[in-house]
Amino acid sequence: MKSTNFRMVNKNVEINYDNNNKSKSIDEDDLQCEEFEETPLYAAVLTYISYAILCLFGWLRDFLRQSKIEKKRGAVDPNASLGFVPLYQSYESFYTRNMYTRVRDIFNRPIASVPGPQFELTERISDDYNWTYRYTGKTVSAINLGSYNYLGFAEKTGPCAIDTINGLKSYAIANCSTRSEIGTQRYHIELEQLVAEFLGVESCIAFGMGFATNALNIPVIASKGDLILSDEMNHISLILGMRLSGACYQTFEHNDMNDLEKKLRAAIVHGHSRTNRPWKKIIIVVEGVYSMEGSICRLPQLIELKKKYKAYLYMDEAHSIGAMGKSGRGIVDYFNVNSNDVDILMGTFTKSFGSAGGYIAGKKSLIDHIRVNSHAHTYASSMSAPIVQQIISSLQLLKGPEGQKRINQLADNARYFRRKLVDMGFIIYGNKYSPVVPMLLYMPARVTRFNREMLRRGIAVVTVGFPATKLLEARVRFCLSAAHTRQMLDAALEAIDEVGTDISLRYSTRHKPQRLKDL
Amino acid sequence: MGSPVNRDDIARLATDFYSLLESFKQTPFYHLIFEIFLILTVLWLVCFRKPRPIAKKLTEKEKQELIDEWQPEPLVPPVDTNHPALNVRVLDGIVGKTIEIDGRKSLNFATFNFLNFVGNQRIADKAIQAVQKYGVGSCGPRGFYGTIDIHLELEERLARFFNFEEGIIYSYGFSTIASIIPAYSKRNDILFVDEGIHYAIQKGVEASRSTVKWFRHNDINDLERLLAEQDKHDKKNPKKASTIRRFLIIEGLYMNYGDICPLPRMVELKYKYKYRIFMDESVSFGTIGQTGRGVTEYHNVDRQKIDLISSTLEYSVGSIGGFAVGSSFVIDHQRLSAQGYCFSASLPPLLAAAAIEALNIMDEENSGLFETLMDKSKRLHKKLLDIKGYRVLGEDISPLKHLSLANSLNTIGRLEYIVEFAQTRGITITIARYLNDEHHLPEPSIRLILNVEMTDEELEFLCTVLQEALVKVTA
Repeated sequence: MKSTNFRMVNKNVEINYDNNNKSKSIDEDDLQCEEFEETPLYAAVLTYISYAILCLFGWLRDFLRQSKIEKKRGAVDPNASLGFVPLYQSYESFYTRNMYTRVRDIFNRPIASVPGPQFELTERISDDYNWTYRYTGKTVSAINLGSYNYLGFAEKTGPCAIDTINGLKSYAIANCSTRSEIGTQRYHIELEQLVAEFLGVESCIAFGMGFATNALNIPVIASKGDLILSDEMNHISLILGMRLSGACYQTFEHNDMNDLEKKLRAAIVHGHSRTNRPWKKIIIVVEGVYSMEGSICRLPQLIELKKKYKAYLYMDEAHSIGAMGKSGRGIVDYFNVNSNDVDILMGTFTKSFGSAGGYIAGKKSLIDHIRVNSHAHTYASSMSAPIVQQIISSLQLLKGPEGQKRINQLADNARYFRRKLVDMGFIIYGNKYSPVVPMLLYMPARVTRFNREMLRRGIAVVTVGFPATKLLEARVRFCLSAAHTRQMLDAALEAIDEVGTDISLRYSTRHKPQRLKDL
Repeated sequence: MGSPVNRDDIARLATDFYSLLESFKQTPFYHLIFEIFLILTVLWLVCFRKPRPIAKKLTEKEKQELIDEWQPEPLVPPVDTNHPALNVRVLDGIVGKTIEIDGRKSLNFATFNFLNFVGNQRIADKAIQAVQKYGVGSCGPRGFYGTIDIHLELEERLARFFNFEEGIIYSYGFSTIASIIPAYSKRNDILFVDEGIHYAIQKGVEASRSTVKWFRHNDINDLERLLAEQDKHDKKNPKKASTIRRFLIIEGLYMNYGDICPLPRMVELKYKYKYRIFMDESVSFGTIGQTGRGVTEYHNVDRQKIDLISSTLEYSVGSIGGFAVGSSFVIDHQRLSAQGYCFSASLPPLLAAAAIEALNIMDEENSGLFETLMDKSKRLHKKLLDIKGYRVLGEDISPLKHLSLANSLNTIGRLEYIVEFAQTRGITITIARYLNDEHHLPEPSIRLILNVEMTDEELEFLCTVLQEALVKVTA
């Protein structure tokens, strides 16, 4: 059997911080310390065999359904017999019918309370293998390791909730108009100014949905004749935006600066692959924290590269704003670089601010251009008052001592949780300091079993498999929060320890497998 | 006649040939092999070897020079600081029947607040209760603990309102239809689309990468022509045709024109040419029909024949978000394939609670809301037509109308003057704003929107101001 090796990326970098003589942080290498242990061979083989068995059973069940031995469940096309072309490809619905439905109960779990560190799940029972559900009316209490609540602002009491209710009373809920017509309220302008100030940039523009911020504004910045170099693990909203823009896009290997440099050089030297015309501009698109990998982008090297090759940098900080950095200002703060070096800073308010919406920040010329040409600014309704008020209140709190306390608590929780899991012998991906902790499960059955077993022990987790991740790399992703207490984390670790032993999830060869009580 | 070939010549040739063969026998063996090899090589070179293109190999120095020389364009082009999007009116306060701008109140004929739910006390109370129970944000996508029981309740209420099997909600009105179309229509499919559709639908059509056939706005004959053409094309290759899905994308009441689609004929053609209908009822939901159930009620068409109705919660309902309703077979697919649903955070619960209460109000038996709205729209339409000099686009029962000046007088500049003048007189109206890359850019116009609680005097006042403005602008 091939010996497994791990790829620990640890770079010694010399950075020149022009204009801003900040002292180089002592543990520069430590900030970029990431681990992506390779898949053990036996796990890979067993995973392939698992999918093969699932497919076989799927075909068998389809055959039984075709020959009417088994009852066909699920909805039926009302236009089926009238000669219409079938609405769905049969292979597309193969996956839904035969693989997804069997395990549907681990997804889309409804909750009946605030999505805080502990919440209430509505109990639902299926009598027919997840084809239909009935709700018993009871709720199940569980520790929440799945919601994006990094700074714990998902609260129903406290100053933010009070401000939100006051905002609702003063401004009602909706404005029913677009920003460019008659939907701009004073609070929109206040929000944009506050966010710009918080990030240390000239100007900012806010939108009502994070997904739409990427998908509808990348076409405004990039167009035909441009080249976009995007990390292979970028979020689908970025990919949709790139596709709609009409620009050419290429992917580079995840967080691999050498590959990016090679592609940059090739792009400038050879131009467009067919016409050989030089590119009008090159934009590098990365994320701050990658939510499925737990890794952090290499910002200092990116800034160096973009300056050397005159490219522009677009950073999506959906998961890192508020959660990373000494004062919560994101990856720019984490690496202590000048925020003006990143041309386009994008982020969302859903994760760390407990609200909804997205923003783009940068120079005033950029933001004015977006204001004039953005699809969302011209056609989408403006943001709702209580939503904006929640962001403003949480931002004000973040700047004060309460906010600092939360940021420190989150960093502490992340380090503690990760350290314990790694010491127990599980394979954990990503950066040492990221609040997103993905643990690898590999096999589809373990994905389901882990999720159900954890819920039985009162811990709600998020497990993902193919197609959200690569075929072999199904995982459970823990999202830590500043609101999690040490007791909650310990309870979760105990449960993981138990279930991990039951299902044999200790794949790591770098770290010795240990029980929690032995640590 | 050439010279006869005599026997001597032939004999000479034969001897020559014989001596040639003899010489072959006498040459060394290796020489023969070498000669054969050479001949074969020549044959191969001539017949089989393709000419290889000369690869451009650049030296490192040349590459570095190219890199140094390359100058990118600036990130964004310079923008005109006088552009209307950079100089909008800033409001302060509840945007209901009246708006406050710079400390002065004016009547609001500009926002999509058809049923005047903005600022409604019942709705506000329910929303506050939701904040006290669920907090503000939902902190996750629908698949990962972002589904709150209030979302399920709203979906069920919406489906029940339209008498459909299932409903699905989105957290942003623009993304609703823009995510729905690509979930069903893929590269090989055909979309028959009305030219006058809203920009969000255009983006959905673009994102789907399907073949698009545009037909003239509300022109059913043009649609039939396109369908007949496609049918002829299909008959040539029936096997391929049986794998191509067809969809008709229309709006119930068009936002850009204010007119209603000819639905009954479109439903007839659906069964003749086998396409599915996706109708966007953003403007007609809660405004058209005896009970506000939209164009299907107005035209008295069986709603089950429409495959999917999408709409928004941002206009009549007075909340944020969007939704789609249809049969379970159609709607359930979106839960795994619609990008704006799967990969985006779910609707904040307070907005869902507001929408549910708004639906409760709409469902109330004796409210007479919708009849009043249609009635007032008809009256307003008549009053506007009485001001000679304006072109009024839109159905008479539509609460959304487009006002423009006659023919060559119709410029953005003049319309902006009218809007400004109206603002000074205490009426807020707005020019319909579009981006330049619309597929079919509508004529410049003022979009007038009627609020159900406007009184007759207020409508009179509006018309008086518009009349005065007209006089000033044509002077």
